[in-house]
Amino acid sequence: MTSEKWNGFKPGVWQDEINVRDFIQQNYTEYKGDSSFLAGATERTSALMKKLEALMTVERQFDGVLDIDTETVSSLTAYEAGYLDKENEIIVGLQTNRPLRRGLNPFGGMRMVRQACAAYGYKVSPKIEDEFKYRTTHNDGVFRAYTKEMRQARHCHVITGLPDAYGRGRIIGDYRRVALYGIDRLIEGKRLDKLKLENTVFKTEQIRLGEELAQQINFLGLMKEMAAMYGYDISGPASNTKEAVQWTYFAYLAAIKEQNGAAMSLGRVSTFFDIYIERDLKNGVLTETGAQEIIDDFVMKLRMARHLRTPEYNELFGGDPMWITEAVGGMGEDGRTLVTKNSFRILNTLYTLGSSPEPNLTVLWSTALPEGFKRFCAKVSADTDSIQYENDDLMRPIYGDDYAIACCVSAMKVGKQMQFFGARCNLPKLLLIALNGGYDTTSEIEIGPKAEVIADEVLDYDTVVKRFDEYLSWLANLYVNTMNIIHYMHDKYAYEKSQMALHDTEVERLMAFGIAGLSVIADSFSAIKYAKVKPIRDEKGYIVDFDIEGDFPKFGNDDDRVDLIAKEITHKTITELRKTPTYRYAIHTLSVLTITSNVMYGKNTGATPDGRKAGEAFAPGANPMHNREENGALASLNSIAKISYDDCRDGISNTFSITPETLGRDEEERIGNLVAILDGYFAKMAHHINVNVLNRETLIEAYNNPEAYPNLTIRVSGYAVNFHKLSKEQQKEVISRTFHEAM
Amino acid sequence: MEKGFVNSIQTLGTLDGPGVRFVVFLQGCALHCGYCHNPETQEMAGGKEYTSEEIVQKAVRYKEYYGQEGGITLSGGEPILQPEFATEIFKKCHQNGINTCIDTSGSVITPAVEKLIDETDYVMLDIKFTNNNDYEKYVGCQLSKPLEFLEMLNKKGKNVRLRQVIVPTINDDDDNLLKLSEIVKKYSCVKKVELLPFKKICKTKYDALNREFLFDRFDSANLESVKKLQEKLNNLIK
Repeated sequence: MTSEKWNGFKPGVWQDEINVRDFIQQNYTEYKGDSSFLAGATERTSALMKKLEALMTVERQFDGVLDIDTETVSSLTAYEAGYLDKENEIIVGLQTNRPLRRGLNPFGGMRMVRQACAAYGYKVSPKIEDEFKYRTTHNDGVFRAYTKEMRQARHCHVITGLPDAYGRGRIIGDYRRVALYGIDRLIEGKRLDKLKLENTVFKTEQIRLGEELAQQINFLGLMKEMAAMYGYDISGPASNTKEAVQWTYFAYLAAIKEQNGAAMSLGRVSTFFDIYIERDLKNGVLTETGAQEIIDDFVMKLRMARHLRTPEYNELFGGDPMWITEAVGGMGEDGRTLVTKNSFRILNTLYTLGSSPEPNLTVLWSTALPEGFKRFCAKVSADTDSIQYENDDLMRPIYGDDYAIACCVSAMKVGKQMQFFGARCNLPKLLLIALNGGYDTTSEIEIGPKAEVIADEVLDYDTVVKRFDEYLSWLANLYVNTMNIIHYMHDKYAYEKSQMALHDTEVERLMAFGIAGLSVIADSFSAIKYAKVKPIRDEKGYIVDFDIEGDFPKFGNDDDRVDLIAKEITHKTITELRKTPTYRYAIHTLSVLTITSNVMYGKNTGATPDGRKAGEAFAPGANPMHNREENGALASLNSIAKISYDDCRDGISNTFSITPETLGRDEEERIGNLVAILDGYFAKMAHHINVNVLNRETLIEAYNNPEAYPNLTIRVSGYAVNFHKLSKEQQKEVISRTFHEAM
Repeated sequence: MEKGFVNSIQTLGTLDGPGVRFVVFLQGCALHCGYCHNPETQEMAGGKEYTSEEIVQKAVRYKEYYGQEGGITLSGGEPILQPEFATEIFKKCHQNGINTCIDTSGSVITPAVEKLIDETDYVMLDIKFTNNNDYEKYVGCQLSKPLEFLEMLNKKGKNVRLRQVIVPTINDDDDNLLKLSEIVKKYSCVKKVELLPFKKICKTKYDALNREFLFDRFDSANLESVKKLQEKLNNLIK
């Protein structure tokens, strides 16, 4: 295929096949300089942003939900075209017909939609209630198939946060394909793939694929119709920067109109856009100010994306996140950096538009990144607390150089891999159930294999390990089977038609399991091994608390005695999970990530042998427990770096907070030191870090006076939030965390 | 192998020498500065015993973080009071490619201390006051001591950062700045001078030790004023 819209681009195999990576590799321009070329916000941008901020203020006043359209089921063409300011917008397209108005998406489950409406004083229209009487949702399907044990595991919170009542998310469409090729070429490709099925034997797999391809083709057509409602014809390739951004955004918009997945990530678009920008700059049809303005407008649109959630959902995923994760930077397989000027521009939006949690800007860090870019990232981190870092040197050998991050830490090859999201299991709780021989003292139900309650007066390490392993084996099998049901039903009743249309037809699937409470369980085992832990029993004989005599090594101090216990637990968990086959031959992966659910997990877990009290929050992700780090920040980083990415291919999340004074005396020193810390941490083959440079006092002030801090953004586990959007309980937990500070 | 007494270890120090530093606070100091912010390290007795090898093994674990400038810093307490231990640590650090720095008051010069300096890449030296009366009164030694130390560092061609804590009403005046600038100009080894604000957050440490915090009677230094003094000083030594 050729197109005059591609004039000026270097040819390659990308013209003959859908291959965005090849297009990027043939055409992008590395940038190794500093940030001095950047332009600021134009008057237009600032005026538009002011308008958006005013709307967001009203949204805040209405408990975080400005408006809900209860009459319409969200889909690509369900709403008329909507605008923030039609005359002044450069990039157009809203999820519904008005800015910040939320749509209803009942395909995942009707119950959540009803509850969410009720929570904000709305009611689902009788029309939609009636229509969905005759439709099976994903949620209906799952609960028909769940076993009693699965319901119990869910009920007692040993497995929680499962995507069984809403969209599963974590799928990244290759939205760039629409800009590079146009819709017609993509439909053509899918038609050819469907033709290949003509002479096969039709068993489950072939039938399912045939139907999916038909749906994908249908939704590619709807994308064109949706764009036409905004006055654009996206059947062919984009011809300039503005169109490339607009086409890509339309593709993303289609995805979030169709799906309300927990994480709806963007992928890796910055360097792709840079190719169009460089061409336009060269042709004299765009200036630096103009380029920044287009990116600003695009990012403003992303900041307006919203889904309707229930209060229970917010307990798991606080702060109304969308995880519009954009992977920035990284290195190419040929040794050139993938950093372009546009990598700077997208980070620059945190200055032109002010700091913000969305999009979830994720820097793919390599020790080989250009110094100018490293320093700019560190400066942006110190100024805005809005970016996270992930180890490109660790991921590139596995995923190549065109992968992106879904949600917080989940890597996948763009357009070639997808993920079945699976939340997480609660290992400290599992330990308590194991000690009590299959009884959960928090929910007071029997669950898991029956055994005697451990009767020892002082817990014996080997006995406890043996018992725990038996229960881990049981839980892993239950967990995989539960996930298989969920994803079978999601494919059946809420298949991601737009997003999967932007994947290769032969896609590799990952099934992402997770664990919560890693540092709690590691410290618990350490206490049992190195101190004297005596169980305290209730009148029925169940263990409900522990008496701990003596000290023990704690995770977060670079002490192998306990750090290797943590590493071993992740290894055991993934090994057990792999023993049960997955739906659609998905590859088992594991994450150590909690989002904000560490508060809720802790609330539902009794006292643990490490001295953590019943109900007390876990540390987030792979973090050491609060204030147990005694040797300073680097020791804490080293402990986390020991968890193996080979065991945890779905990511290992670390949230790191440091006071500005501890990082250095002035900005220059702080930037240099943060770069050194990131280089060191990632050279240790650690996976991920959220960086906050702030004082606890600021958070306490914001806790007491939320109105005064409407834009205070902080990184939590794997994403960023507006501090004021967290519940008071979540805020308190954030404040209680370790802040690395020098005395 | 040399052994020494260590009060504590901080794996991330950014204020204790250039770049990211692994900071070892040695136990014991001969001086008793009124504003000392690590009073728990003053007593000669106490601390935990380590071999030089144990310290180096720990420092090596953080090598990846040191970057171009960072490395190990021996602070205290007073590192030059355990010179053999410190020297052995530094020798082994150099074998491992780790940059070495000490944070010292420079109150004593012995052959062993000179050996230690030979193994030191960067020295942070306190010039606590610029007149002898204040030195005797608040530090307990002569001003000539650190000046002799500086002379020695200069002869050896070391990289030196001078530091001074600014305490309101004692040394926040122009006269002090002028005298300090003269010292700086005299020694080419001085690469940087740092004025630090006197703070009282260490008071809790004194309370915990059941000791009187002698400088409690002075006000904390205002950050902005110290910044201004620093600018003035920078102009004087330009």
